[in-house]
Amino acid sequence: MSELLDPFFLLGQLRSGLTTAMFLFLIASGLSLIFGVLKIINFAHGSLYMIGAYIAWNMTLILGRTSIGFLGAVVIASLGVAVLGGLVERLLLRYMYKREELYQLLFTYALVLIFSDACKYIWGTQPHSVSRPPILAGSFDFYGVRFPHYDLFIILLGPAIAFGFWVLLNRTSHGRIIRAAALDREMLGALGTNVSSLYTGMFVLAAFFAGLSGALVSPIKSVVPGMDVEIIIEAFIVVVIGGLGSLWGTLLGSLIYGLTLAFGILIFPRFSIFAAFVIMAVVLIVRPWGLMGRPVK
Amino acid sequence: MLECRKLHKAFSGFVAVNNVSLTVDRNSITAVIGPNGAGKSTLFNLITGHLRPDGGEVVFEGRDVAGRPPHKICRMGMARSFQRTNIFPRLTVFENIQAAFIAHGGKSLDMWGLSERQYRDETWQMIEHLALHGIAHSVSGEVSHGAQKQVELGIALAGKPRMLLLDEPTAGMSAQETHETIELLARIAKEEDLTLLFTEHDMDVVFSISDRIAVLHQGGIIAAGLPDEVRRNDEVRRVYLGGGMH
Amino acid sequence: MKGPNRAKRIPWTLVLFLAAALIPTLGSRYYTFLATDVVIFAMFATSLNLLLGVTGLVPFGHAAYFGIGAYVCAIFMKDLGVPFLPAWLFGGVGGALFALIFGFFCVRLTSIYFSMLTMAFAQIVWAICFKWNDVTGGEQGYPNVPMPSMAWLEWIPWVGDLRIDHKFFYLTLILAALSIAAMRRIVNSPFGRILTTIRDNAERAQFIGTNVRLYQLIVFSLAGGFAGLAGGLFGIFNRGVFPDFCYWPKSAEVLIMTILGGIHHFWGPSVGAAILILLNQYIVSYTEYWPFVLGLILLLLLFGLPGGVVGAIDGLIRRSRTLVGGRG
Repeated sequence: MSELLDPFFLLGQLRSGLTTAMFLFLIASGLSLIFGVLKIINFAHGSLYMIGAYIAWNMTLILGRTSIGFLGAVVIASLGVAVLGGLVERLLLRYMYKREELYQLLFTYALVLIFSDACKYIWGTQPHSVSRPPILAGSFDFYGVRFPHYDLFIILLGPAIAFGFWVLLNRTSHGRIIRAAALDREMLGALGTNVSSLYTGMFVLAAFFAGLSGALVSPIKSVVPGMDVEIIIEAFIVVVIGGLGSLWGTLLGSLIYGLTLAFGILIFPRFSIFAAFVIMAVVLIVRPWGLMGRPVK
Repeated sequence: MLECRKLHKAFSGFVAVNNVSLTVDRNSITAVIGPNGAGKSTLFNLITGHLRPDGGEVVFEGRDVAGRPPHKICRMGMARSFQRTNIFPRLTVFENIQAAFIAHGGKSLDMWGLSERQYRDETWQMIEHLALHGIAHSVSGEVSHGAQKQVELGIALAGKPRMLLLDEPTAGMSAQETHETIELLARIAKEEDLTLLFTEHDMDVVFSISDRIAVLHQGGIIAAGLPDEVRRNDEVRRVYLGGGMH
Repeated sequence: MKGPNRAKRIPWTLVLFLAAALIPTLGSRYYTFLATDVVIFAMFATSLNLLLGVTGLVPFGHAAYFGIGAYVCAIFMKDLGVPFLPAWLFGGVGGALFALIFGFFCVRLTSIYFSMLTMAFAQIVWAICFKWNDVTGGEQGYPNVPMPSMAWLEWIPWVGDLRIDHKFFYLTLILAALSIAAMRRIVNSPFGRILTTIRDNAERAQFIGTNVRLYQLIVFSLAGGFAGLAGGLFGIFNRGVFPDFCYWPKSAEVLIMTILGGIHHFWGPSVGAAILILLNQYIVSYTEYWPFVLGLILLLLLFGLPGGVVGAIDGLIRRSRTLVGGRG
């Protein structure tokens, strides 16, 4: 038991927990955004993440293992997924806005099935991995704990993006329109805003971040079938904890979830498999709208 | 029959119902009127248990009902019909009313009998009463708005309530339908020994059948009494005169 | 449910039952295998529809009760030596009991939150089954569930000579038919009528004197019970009970079957189960990309057949009636 309280070990767990939290945040924020504005629960968000990872891996094969190559791979993957997201929204998703939630969810589930098999077909079922770009391949010593630069990059990226979103939503005219759309779509349309383009834009943005997240995770986790479902379940839990539609709630939820998972494993080794769903159940029972969501009755 | 004492309800600082006291006598027809936003719907919601008051009491037939769940208040003899039609759209007209009879008849937990055989006579009687015979087997979500309001009424009356709250019963109706509905309401009130409390925007309706009128403005009662008194009340005229009493 | 058009009073249900009873006479183990699978899932999907189509609740974790029923029935039979019928009934009770407990928390929520909580509970059940090695066999599952003694079936003339698979089909058919008949009775009862009022307009249902949450809880428990009964049969059929009986894709599977068939008709879910299982068997023999095909089927369903297969057929029948000049 004493090893568990070893500060170095704890610090390492902290690092790992924070990194997990930030990846989750990148995905969950897109999920939360789509729900907040489009009122759709996008189960396929994890698939977009997975596609981003696969494209990134594929691109590193072509572009090489250099830092530039990695950057290129990440950019191409993010843009590719963004385009895919745009196509899906324009061609299919838009017809689902008026349907009941169950059918919307079923639609996104259909996408999960289709994307998942498509990835298997294109890239096979073997796990792939990407090496870290040379520029971020090193690590430094933090009080005796090895702290990879890459992890630090991710940990800093999370709040940076959150801040960027916040600025977008609260300090720009675009943001005002987005927030208005979240509150009353019809009214906004009546005021002359092209709501359908706005929706497409939002979805593309969220898809971009999902793809980005997938591309960035490829050096840390192996790119393998099933990663879509694994992340989306976790993202759901995060969004439930933080509150559907709340950006800061999502960040908070990611942190809580990531850290609980990291430290929970110490206390109760069999914990991880339960942790997620017990937390989710408790939140839903006690405070269904999450920590920072708007109380809904 | 019904007494509200100093009812108070606020939403995040906005006071919707402000210390309202109202008495409704047995077998009377009482109207609550007031401009939009005056708090009429909130008041109704407080009376029927849909909302819990922040302060004050609601006493129905001598029993304190403030804050009780709606289904319990309903069982005590209070029924309500809604402003926007609130029926069971996938069920037929017949099934809508029959369901109400089933619920009030205490047969809701019967899992063995056949629902279609329950209360057939009573349901047909109600349907005749409301002149819905022609569309009895039509899906209620697909019939005309006026007919839906009739169905709405049928559902409310099926429980043989002692008091009926009606939220704008003639909203959206043609002049003809309004006239018929009002006649029906007045007739039913007399026949069934019913107490009516309703809100309306149509002033002709209000003044034609009400025994008493209460005027609500910005959450508070500014006048209450016989129709003629209210008509002559200065403050009431002032509040309404801008928009005119149509 | 179906409107008052009862022009053709052919007892379809009886016809279906007799047709199903003839399947083992074909002598093919494969057909009987498929038929047993279909019958069990028809029962499972119909139990789900008690919530979905009748009451308007959307659970994402219905498979939990299926799994619980399977484990309870199997464990009672194998570890505790209880004869089949009581064990099977206990499976149903187990499903109903857990549904009651979980349901108590779930019905306090609405729409998406309700759905997510049902899923969270199901995943917790899955995790427990996965980890509780001593009782459930853990990750490896609970194998070698004993076949029930089916000697009593031999009063049916041709059954005595049949292989065990075919006998088990008859057992399943009879028990499933009884369960489905019970569910039908419930749906058509006054209680069922009240449930439909809750589905159509929960607020109004309150104002006719119904304690909505209580009724939702009751039907949730009933549905869990019937799902447990289906699970009990499936555990035996599958020759073993595994944690993935509770895992969310199983819930998704039964949900899809129900919607595919049509949630607004009593037999919709059963039809959906049959279609999905048979289609699965057929496709899987050609390609490993069944999920892809399923995804396409779902898209087709969502964009083309909003009422499910039975809904579409029903619509066609109604339209052809008005064209031919029937009751307008």
